[in-house]
Parts: sequence; structure tokens; C-alpha cells
Amino acid sequence: MMTTLIYDGTFEGLLTSVFEVYDRKLNLVNLQKTGQDNNALFEDKLQVITDDERANRVLKGLKQKISSMGLQRLYAAHLAEMDGEENSLLGYIRYAFDAGQNIEENYGNKFVMRISEMVRMVRREKHRMEAFVRFQKLKDETFYAAIEPDFNVLPLLIRHFKSRYADQKWIIYDIRRKYGIYYNLHDTQYISLDFANVSKPGDIVAAFTEDEEIYQHLWKNYFTSVNIPSRKNTRLHVRHIPKRYWKHLTEKI
Amino acid sequence: MNVDRITEKLNILADAAKYDVSCASSGSKRKNENKGLGNASNGICHSYTEDGRCVSLLKILLTNHCIFDCAYCVSRKSNDIQRAAFTVQEVVDLTINFYRRNYIEGLFLSSGIFKDADYTMERLVRIAKKLRTEHKFNGYIHLKSIPGASDELMNEAGLYADRLSVNLEMPTEAGLKLLAPDKNQADMIKPMGYLKNAIIQRTEEKKLFKKAPIFAPAGQSTQVIIGATPENDSQILRSASYFYKNFNLKRVYYSGYVPVLADSRLPALNTSVPMVRENRLYQADWLMRFYGFKVNEIVNDSQPHLDLDIDPKLGWAIRNMQAFPVNINQADVQMILRVPGIGLLSAQKIVSARKFGKLNWEQLKKMGVALNRAKYFITCNSTEFERRDLTGNNIKQFILATSQSKYLKNTQVQLNLF
Repeated sequence: MMTTLIYDGTFEGLLTSVFEVYDRKLNLVNLQKTGQDNNALFEDKLQVITDDERANRVLKGLKQKISSMGLQRLYAAHLAEMDGEENSLLGYIRYAFDAGQNIEENYGNKFVMRISEMVRMVRREKHRMEAFVRFQKLKDETFYAAIEPDFNVLPLLIRHFKSRYADQKWIIYDIRRKYGIYYNLHDTQYISLDFANVSKPGDIVAAFTEDEEIYQHLWKNYFTSVNIPSRKNTRLHVRHIPKRYWKHLTEKI
Repeated sequence: MNVDRITEKLNILADAAKYDVSCASSGSKRKNENKGLGNASNGICHSYTEDGRCVSLLKILLTNHCIFDCAYCVSRKSNDIQRAAFTVQEVVDLTINFYRRNYIEGLFLSSGIFKDADYTMERLVRIAKKLRTEHKFNGYIHLKSIPGASDELMNEAGLYADRLSVNLEMPTEAGLKLLAPDKNQADMIKPMGYLKNAIIQRTEEKKLFKKAPIFAPAGQSTQVIIGATPENDSQILRSASYFYKNFNLKRVYYSGYVPVLADSRLPALNTSVPMVRENRLYQADWLMRFYGFKVNEIVNDSQPHLDLDIDPKLGWAIRNMQAFPVNINQADVQMILRVPGIGLLSAQKIVSARKFGKLNWEQLKKMGVALNRAKYFITCNSTEFERRDLTGNNIKQFILATSQSKYLKNTQVQLNLF
């Protein structure tokens, strides 16, 4: 009999679900996030209540089975919040526990391969954001950028931007997931912004410094100048910068 | 700031610099330890032009005034074009402000040669120095070394820049003599030799004294223009291989000649840019640097040109059918890397995964192996494999028939009418 486990989408919730699987000796399991259940008739349903103590026990066990690098990769894959991939995460963890040896490099296994693909997708998105963030300088000297990444990569961006832009205040805001990071010259913190008073994104222009427009203009000019028309290759261009990213790229607006 | 004037200069001097194809911003390890601005490590392509090339650095000339008259160059003395020159401060401001907005990884600064080599080089170095010392800028800086510049200036350049490069321009000395009679290859090779030794020496010092300054941590590179002179691929790749070996170059860039000037020594203005050839040269370059191929395995006297229809690895494989099939579950990694359709990452995955059990087609496919090419050259844990005794040419035809090349294929149909 298939048992459906419903969890809250957190990493601790995922680990608690693993605890339930072993505690109840479940075999066929379908893991779902709250809110995506499909009301199938003939299956057992179980709401997993996230429990830090249980999650920690699973985490401790997992550390015996996979390397800290492997754990980081698993965490990054989870963080991505890819729809319908809960069972890949659960399958990977169960496989890691059940195997007699470290399985991180067994790419012949479907769970290991899938996690590896997910990690690659997340890292690519992270790398894209490191490239495609376009800061705009506000009057209070803060540099502001809005992003809409495919996956939830904002937490993975902190280290890069903090070490690179150590001497300027900056905000990177994920407008799809409605939260951001703010760096105040010392530390970073998560923030949420109230855009209720900003009816159009264009209204934010009022907060720009005077030279912001000049540098955006110069950058657009530069971008056009470096193009070599006789080598035009639109397919390659769009493969490198898919259209969904264009609306936040100064040079493509 | 006079916006119109700066815009005009930027347009002229970015346009003139764009034929330099070097774009790398990787290979350095400059950290932001002084709570300044920026760092340089793995390199990021911040944007891509409509021709699909990466935009990573603010790539400009300090000036396009030039005392030389090289036939292939838009900035040549006799060319009737608009001339401009940036001031040191203008370049610094543009770099810092672009960098702060995350447009770029840093600065790529080259220049036409005004007055003489040292005078020009001194200006380039001054800009890098100002960025590093006055603005605590730790982003990437790539400076062109001006052929004929003094060792003292080259040394100073190495202290501030991450990468230095001298363009060889033409793959052979004869090609250079034809198109750039004012230049000689010895002037270009001299600073390369100086830098090679300086980099080795500074790296040794760094091992002994932690506080020793870093010196051109991303090494040096060069560029050759292809298709402007009649060199064949064998000459080009041999020349590249020579410079990789003897000057520890990090990269050789191949720049397909874009006809911009009418000159009887050059391809006509309506000649198309040799983009496929350029791509095949880069693939061959990768085979030399990462896949353990020797240059004469890729091109040689009987095979002086790369095949434009297929990649050079496939080309090598069909000329060397006796080396195949390779058993994926047993062969050593060097041999697996030589299989068409298997890249560095899949080769690594195969070698890791086969410790857990023999791999089959499905698993190889999942790992990212391009089976449409690889299937003719490997066996795995399956009773299915290519049993026909195909010639290399058969395989080439099969692959071309089933693949969608990124370029228009040359017509492959060979009619056997008679």
C-alpha cells in the first residue's frame, strides 16, 4: 500500500519525513508538500509534523553516510523548491541510508543522478544570478537589484555578493518569492519590502541617484558597440540569455 | 561629466576593441581582503552580445590613434576613421561605476600605439595602478602588453594586472610580414618571454614569502587572426602548441577575420567570417589542453585542415578505428576521454559510477553522454552494440545524417552515378 506523507516543505520537515519512513517501516511512499495533495482515494495519508529533534537524529545519521559536500548538495537541491522532486530527495536519502557504502558518486543510480541534475540546475541558476543581477544606485547610496530566478537561489548568493561588494550597501530582491537580502556594510539580513505604495515598477526611478541614468545609458551604448553585426547569431544569444531574464537586464530593456 | 562626449568616446573605443576576442575573466585569485571593491576568481559572463559572444569585461582601447599601419586592423594609421582618446580618470570612472552595478568582471584595456611603445604602456599601467591603489579595486584587470615595451614597465604591469597578453596577430612570421610590415614577431615574443620568467620567479617567491606580491595571477594569453592570411590549420595549431609549451600561455584565442578594410592583401570585403573554422580550431585547442591530444594527432601533413563538417575528436576517431570499440566499464579515463560524444564531466562520472556496477546505455545517456556519436565507438553492459564493420567514413555519414549541426552542413551527398 502506498503511503502519502505530507510535509511543510522545510529541510527539517524533509528529515522528519525520513524519520517517519523508518519509524513506521514504510516501504512505498509518496512525499508531497502541503497544498499539493491530490486526494487519491486508495492510499494512506499522513501529515508529518516537523520535529527538530527527530530531524537532527536523521541529520546525524546522514552525516555518517555521506560527506559534508554531499550534504551541502542535497541541501541546495532541496532549497531549489522544484515541484514534484520531493520523492527524488527522499529516494536519495533512503538510498544513502540503506546502502552499505557511500553512494554519492554512483551516477548509475537514478536518485543519485537526479540529485546531481538538480544540483546542476540550481548551480546554473545561481551562476546566472551572479551574472545577471543589475544594481541600480539609489539616493541613499544603496545599490538595488530585482531578480526572478527559476529556483530559490537567493540564500546561495549571499557569500558571492558579500565578498565582492564589501564597500557598498546593496539589496537583492526576489520579487517572485517576495523576499530579499540586504547588506549594510557589515552583515546581511533577510528582508521583505512593502511595494504597496509603488504602483508601477517605474516609480522606483524617482529614488535613483542622478548619475544612475547616465551609467545605464553608457552601458547600453557599450553593449551595442561591442556587437559585430556580421557575426550575428541570435540562437546562440538567446541560448545564453533566455528571454525570461531580459526584463531585469539593463542592456536588454 | 560631458555625457555626450563620453558616450561618443565609449562608442568609438569599444567598437575598435571588439575584434580582440579574449574575454576570459577567470584564473585569477585576487581576494577582497582590504574591504575594498571586488574580487577576481572564476570569471563570470555578465551578458552576451547579439552575435553570441560573452561580455565579461569592459573592453576598450585607451585610444585608437596609432602610428602603425597594419592591414588587418581598423585602427591602422591610413584608415580614415574617427579618432578618440580617453583620459586616465575617464577609464577609472567607467570601470568603477560599471563594476559597482554588476555589469562587468573588470577591465580589459588595450590601445593603439601613440608616440612609442613605452609611452603607451606607461599610460595603461597608470590606469591599473590607480584602480588598485586609489580605489582599492580588486576586480579583474587584463592589460595588453605593447610590443617593444621595456621590462621595467612589464614588471609594473604584472604587479597590477591579473592577466597580460601580447597578440601575435598572425599565426606565422611570414603572415605578419605580409600584413604588418612595421611589426616584427621578435618584438612580441620578447615581452612574452620576460613575463613567462617573471611569473615563474614570482610564484616561487610567493611560496617562500606569503606576503610577496601576486604577479599576473591569471597568466598570459595571446590572439591570432585566422583567415586573413593563407596559413592552414596545421600551421595555426602547431604555432599555438609551441606557445603553450614554451611560454606557459593560459590561452590562445583564434579570431576569425572580419573583413573591415579593402586591401589587395586581404580577403575581399564581402567574404564571410570563418566562424565554423574558428569553432573547429577552438575545439582542437580544447583537445590539446584538456583531452591529452598531441597536435599531430589532430592535424598533420596529410591532414593539414580540420574537417569543417565534424568536430576534431570525431575526426581523429574515424581515422583511428583500430583504437575502438572502447569498453566503458574497463578502459582507463584517458581512453574514455577520446571517445566522441563523451566530455570531461561525463568521463569523470563514468569512472566514478562504474565502481558501483557495470554501466548500460540508459545510464550513460542519463550521465550526459551524446550516444548518437558515442554508440559507434563503445561497448557497455548490454548485448546491444554496433556489430557492423563500419568504416570511418560510414560512421561520419550516419552521424551527419542524424545530427542537426549548429551550422549549415556542407552538402554530404556523394552521388555514385557511374
